[in-house]
Amino acid sequence: MFLLIFKIALIVILFLISLGVAAYATYGERKVAAFMQDRIGPDRAGPFGLLQPIADGVKMFMKEEIIPNVSDKLLFILGPCIFMITALMTSAVIPWGTAMEFDGVKYGLQVADINIGILYVFGVVSLGVYGIMIGGWASNNKFALLGAVRASSQMISYELAMGMSLIAIIMMSGSLSLNDIVAQQGQGKLYGFIPVSGLNWNIFYQPLGFIIFLICAFAECNRTPFDLPECETELVGGYHTEYSSMKLGLYLFAEYINMFVSGAIISCLYFGGYNFPGLEYLSTVLNPNLVSIISFGALFTKAIFFVFFFMWIRWTIPRFRYDQLMKLGWQVLLPLSILNVLLTGGGLTIFSK
Amino acid sequence: MGISQIIFYMLAAFTLLSALFVVFSKNPIYSVLWLILCFFSIAGHFVMLNAQFLAVVHIIVYSGAIMVLFLFTVMLLNLNSETEPHKPTLLKFAAVLSGGALFLIIIAAVRSTMPAPYVAPQLSEVGYVKNIGMKLYRDYTLPFEVASILFLSAMIGSVVLAKKERFN
Amino acid sequence: MNVSVDYIAIFIQFLVGFGFVATTMVATHYLGPKRKTADKLASFECGIDSQGNARLPFSIKYFLTAILFVMFDVEVIFMYPWAVNFKELGSTGFIEMLLFIGTLLIGFAYIIKRGALKWE
Repeated sequence: MFLLIFKIALIVILFLISLGVAAYATYGERKVAAFMQDRIGPDRAGPFGLLQPIADGVKMFMKEEIIPNVSDKLLFILGPCIFMITALMTSAVIPWGTAMEFDGVKYGLQVADINIGILYVFGVVSLGVYGIMIGGWASNNKFALLGAVRASSQMISYELAMGMSLIAIIMMSGSLSLNDIVAQQGQGKLYGFIPVSGLNWNIFYQPLGFIIFLICAFAECNRTPFDLPECETELVGGYHTEYSSMKLGLYLFAEYINMFVSGAIISCLYFGGYNFPGLEYLSTVLNPNLVSIISFGALFTKAIFFVFFFMWIRWTIPRFRYDQLMKLGWQVLLPLSILNVLLTGGGLTIFSK
Repeated sequence: MGISQIIFYMLAAFTLLSALFVVFSKNPIYSVLWLILCFFSIAGHFVMLNAQFLAVVHIIVYSGAIMVLFLFTVMLLNLNSETEPHKPTLLKFAAVLSGGALFLIIIAAVRSTMPAPYVAPQLSEVGYVKNIGMKLYRDYTLPFEVASILFLSAMIGSVVLAKKERFN
Repeated sequence: MNVSVDYIAIFIQFLVGFGFVATTMVATHYLGPKRKTADKLASFECGIDSQGNARLPFSIKYFLTAILFVMFDVEVIFMYPWAVNFKELGSTGFIEMLLFIGTLLIGFAYIIKRGALKWE
């Protein structure tokens, strides 16, 4: 019973953290953009504009809710709801830190330690397409329809290369569970001889796979340079052209949650998750609960770094053209990821002997 | 009645209801959405049987891939009500007749099947991805390779169909 | 670790997400002002009166992409059980998968050659 209460508490805390991070990511995005364009950015609401996300949220709630006459009303409301729920559910299988301990019993800092781990993420991500497609179609607006079709085509195309690059990781770990994948990166020595504990990260074995996965993560989150679905110059607002008030807010907000969660997943898969050099030593001298919180901090820092990286790219690189985007996904990334699987297979066969 | 039995009956009822809504929805988009929900509840059944890999593959392939294709297809159709084709009465009558006959056959077939003995599902680990992989790549290598040929033919077929206009 | 607890936890997470979304929707419905006019509720087409509606057929390219996606997705799924058992299956399994990928690459080469993925 205590296990269930622990899980519920974890779910609620995770939910609040994702919302908080997403809210402050909108602020961070503006500040990063301002910094890169030599501006100041939001500075009116509170000190350094720190209350800006709250002001934005209140504004979104107080706006008039518009549901166009010609739209399919039920689906119009359903679209952003699906998008938001899928964004909130992806984080369930991420191991956020080392296990906590109460009364001598260990409780993993993970909502669901399931056997299929990473495939769950894959499944939920593949459902995010519906949020966009339903929303764009229900608007009954040509721009929205085009944006939605573009978005879903793009997302499904990049899902393939993403799945393929994951296979190389799974070949090395021999398990689909994210818990195992992260735990393995904390054990052993890097390349078998570099004596730094907790640094046996997959990035050092899978640089190509990491680059493919990162690019696909950008495309899945519909971030620049792959933000064709909402390309203002051609499609007004893309799939959310007709949306207003908090329904628009959910679409925008879910994008930031997706960014945060994909940052966490990239860290778990390639950057050792909650592992960092020195974790092993800390766990021998400190209280396990304290170690758990510190390791959570490590993963959180890595995830936030990736959120920043997403923003950095957004304000640096121009947008692709749609044919270039599809060409990159199908004709470059997909063959490259197959090559990566073959290389990994060959390498593992040679070095395991 | 155990808690898993209650969950099973609720899931089963939901599966049947959503399947019925697929048929009864007037708008094909709603049919597709109900079908997705139906697939979800079937994935729930797989989880109840401890076939986790099958459950998630069911969601990825059916809900995530095939239904996207369905949704594209339905959106490709011209869904304006003026262009809705009206079927002749004779056709409707024939449809009801053949549908009813099929229903009768299914009922008869279900009636004559022997219910399999109940196996406690929680104990089996057959559905784990490791065991499935071992079975598939040790014992069923040939069907697996034949499946790849099937994919090849499906790919070529779809490209030929979609690119048809280029020849004429 | 009991498996069912994990799935119940996922379901609870779904309920939390659902509750949040539902609350937001209801709140935004009641909080915002309501001054609706016919112009405001018309669909947006850059200010010009909209011609017809958006129930239009779109390019078959998207459709073809979706079909090919389904096929490649299933092939990728086939590779997961193999990848998990990669070390146990050894080189026999690797050769099996090479054959499988080879067939896949033939199909892929055909798709590229026919220009099915070209977006003019």
